Amino acid sequence: MSKATAETTVRALPGPLPRLLLALEGGHTPTLARHLAAYGSMQESRDLVDEVEAADLRGRGGAAFPTAAKLRAARGRRRAIVVANGAEAEPTSAKDRALCRLAPHLVLDGVVAAARAVGAHRAVVAVGSRSIAERAALERALAERPTRERVRVDVASVSPSFVAGEETALLQALCGRLAKPTLKPPYPFERGLGGRPTLVQNVETLAHVALIARFGASWFRSAGTTDAPGSALVTLGGVVRRPGVHEIEAGAALADTLERLGGLREPAAAYLVGGYFGRWVDAREARSLELTPDVLGAGAVLAFPARGCAVVECARVLRYLALQSAGQCGPCTFGLPAIAGAAEDLAPGTALGEQRLAQLLRWAGQVRGRGACRHPDGVARFAESAAAVFADDFAAHAGHGRCGRPHLGVLPA
Amino acid sequence: MKRVLRVDPIACDGHGLCAELVPERISRDDWGFPIVDGDPVPDALEKHARRAVAACPMHALRLERRP
Repeated sequence: MSKATAETTVRALPGPLPRLLLALEGGHTPTLARHLAAYGSMQESRDLVDEVEAADLRGRGGAAFPTAAKLRAARGRRRAIVVANGAEAEPTSAKDRALCRLAPHLVLDGVVAAARAVGAHRAVVAVGSRSIAERAALERALAERPTRERVRVDVASVSPSFVAGEETALLQALCGRLAKPTLKPPYPFERGLGGRPTLVQNVETLAHVALIARFGASWFRSAGTTDAPGSALVTLGGVVRRPGVHEIEAGAALADTLERLGGLREPAAAYLVGGYFGRWVDAREARSLELTPDVLGAGAVLAFPARGCAVVECARVLRYLALQSAGQCGPCTFGLPAIAGAAEDLAPGTALGEQRLAQLLRWAGQVRGRGACRHPDGVARFAESAAAVFADDFAAHAGHGRCGRPHLGVLPA
Repeated sequence: MKRVLRVDPIACDGHGLCAELVPERISRDDWGFPIVDGDPVPDALEKHARRAVAACPMHALRLERRP
């Protein structure tokens, strides 16, 4: 594996971090020149898939699927196409948009490297239709790139709906259809965009690919842990001192990571890890929970304040998630509103509290795994983990009406 | 060679004939939609499983081969 040659003055990447956020210099336009000054140029690598496999890079879009496996599956198929998923409709997550805005060349490097690795000459970077700045940054960056890159990259805007981030729904949206998931198999690498073999990767995953292509697997693994190598972007939210997008070493414990990133503004009752299809974690578990790619999910960590009512907020999020259903599968179409309804009854308190809580848990268990996509699974995980972590609050609401704490509106929806 | 029942959740409309014809393998959730047991279908049930596949008005039920 050839490493990047030293013909350009590459600033040796200091420490383990930052990596993805290296080229940022307080509000400057992310030009190609700044990008090359920070990272050097990316050489064409014949063994990129092997290197990505040795690095054990996992997808950063939520599913944490091994990236090398996806690359291998798409390789060698006629008329393959790469889709970079920057749609990011998860309300708790901002990292993909930040990456597109602030490091578009890194994303594009990853798109080109992945395209070369699978033999594709076409690529699409998808962003949400409300992501104006992100689209502009990507298009400005594309205009700067050399034409000798034998990959044509287009930027496309898709519906900003939650479900449009799911890979098969995204492909539907890119074809001009409604953003609704399709059944797998067939998988996108078999039959995707316009029937073509399609490699779908999250934009952050591709940014990591771009750096692995330059610096190799050993370098990638010099950060993080053996089981969870590399770095990852996280969006901190809730009652943290420094909300927003940060870069962390993968695999560190949640509590340690939060401390390093400035800690909390006030005491937290629990943490939502992985966005709305992640799960709730209490303070005790936070001390030992390692932030591996599958735990990080969409890369969002939200600290929920101890002084707020979790039940009313979870009810609001469950209703939001129910409304995001594509409405294709019975268990999701009917089950999610039922779950939301049960939670909404618990919020102000009801004489049927015990029954509603039991129904909420029963229905969460019933919808899991029974849709064409993982949306009902995410809702089930959110609801069940909330009921477990906030067990005292839910019991108070199910019993004598309420927990007595205010609705602070911390969870975005 | 094993055979398993699988439902296409997008095509399925919750008519419920499958649960009626193969109750040993298919039950219904609280909204009438099939919960399909993914275990291999034994020979004794194969005829019932095939009848259920044929009966589904949405062609949502399949009997698939697994190695």
